[in-house]
Amino acid sequence: MAQIVQEEKQKGGKKKPKKHSTHIDMTPMVDLMCLLITFFMLTVAFSKSKVMDIILPEKIQKNEKVEPPKIADSRTLNIILGPDDKVYWYPGKADPESPPPLQETDFSDTGIRQVLLERNKALFDKITEFEKKVLRGDLKISQDSLWSSIRIIKNEDDTGPIVLIKAYKTSKYKNFVDIIDEMSIVGIARYIFTDISWIEEGMVLTALGGAPAPASAPK
Amino acid sequence: MPKIKMHGRSPNVDMTPMVDLFSLLLTFFMLTATFRPMEPVPVDTPFSISEKPTPDNNYMTVMLAPGAPGTPGKVYFNFDNGPDTILHFRPKILAEMGKHYNITFTPEELATFEKLTESFGVPIQDMKKYLALTDAKERSKFETGVPTDSLDNQLAYWVLYARQVNPAIIAMIKGDATVEYPLVKKVLDILQDKNVNKFSLITNLEKIEVKEAKTE
Repeated sequence: MAQIVQEEKQKGGKKKPKKHSTHIDMTPMVDLMCLLITFFMLTVAFSKSKVMDIILPEKIQKNEKVEPPKIADSRTLNIILGPDDKVYWYPGKADPESPPPLQETDFSDTGIRQVLLERNKALFDKITEFEKKVLRGDLKISQDSLWSSIRIIKNEDDTGPIVLIKAYKTSKYKNFVDIIDEMSIVGIARYIFTDISWIEEGMVLTALGGAPAPASAPK
Repeated sequence: MPKIKMHGRSPNVDMTPMVDLFSLLLTFFMLTATFRPMEPVPVDTPFSISEKPTPDNNYMTVMLAPGAPGTPGKVYFNFDNGPDTILHFRPKILAEMGKHYNITFTPEELATFEKLTESFGVPIQDMKKYLALTDAKERSKFETGVPTDSLDNQLAYWVLYARQVNPAIIAMIKGDATVEYPLVKKVLDILQDKNVNKFSLITNLEKIEVKEAKTE
């Protein structure tokens, strides 16, 4: 951005008082600004990463005796995160004598989400209806009270499934995040992470086409 | 032949509007700029629909990076310096950590540690050597991951002292999508042993629409 400065020639005659031009050469300033803008544009992090909160129940101390909470088998849904982004699920309780067959699905729109949605329909509809009301402006509440109202709806619910999530040893961190995500998309009120049991490990192995389920418990 | 007559106008371009615009842009970018700290290893976080932004202070981050094939992966740790510059949480936590392992850090070392913004994956025994280096490449030699074994569980002590120095601290987990679950489980167990039951998982935003299967 060079600038050609033309000098005015004064032709003889009267001597005029020298006129100083009020023009400031801005070229170096523009150069510098271009550089700075480019630098900031390239280094700026526009999309801040987001966080997803999970709260796990407090660990039970070893010397403490706590009765495990009793949950109805009919409402229980077990989800096992398998290898290669596979998801297995089975309803109810696993009987060590004759383990129930695992249903295989995946993380796509038509996968595990539909399974959960089918079982959680009543609660999901209630939540979406409530959110729609707020969006339409029928109900005027702040974002915070929207969240707490949804929490109350979730707490009152007693028809939705109780989801037990278990991770097989070769599942990935991505699956772990995806399944929590599915829970919040579908609006599951009750879900918990538990350790995978030996029966279920056997079931996964069978589903993978490996060795059949071991007959006796290890340890 | 007649001479081509040059116009007497100077080729001066008025740059004032351009400068105006540039100043505006510059101010905007300078004010909105938040620098991402350079991480010692690239970590691809998974996607989620959560829209909650990451907090600016009062956090500790456990970073799970994929290791060489066949290994469970490395654990890195990081925490912030507190919401106010007079708090100096970073050197305080390091000093506490040093006290536990009988290592005394000099004021210079503490000051160097305070200025670092990236996660570290250094056993406390190597911390002095790590802080003495200024080159990021040289430093990466010591990045063997924070030990998490039951024999030498340094991550647990980092978490313990971070919570002692800054009681308002939030635990965040920044995991690579390909890290296998057992490592995640191990880190969650260590945190839960120290009575941290609420975690924030760092993710990228992804929009999802719920399509309902048609029921006929």
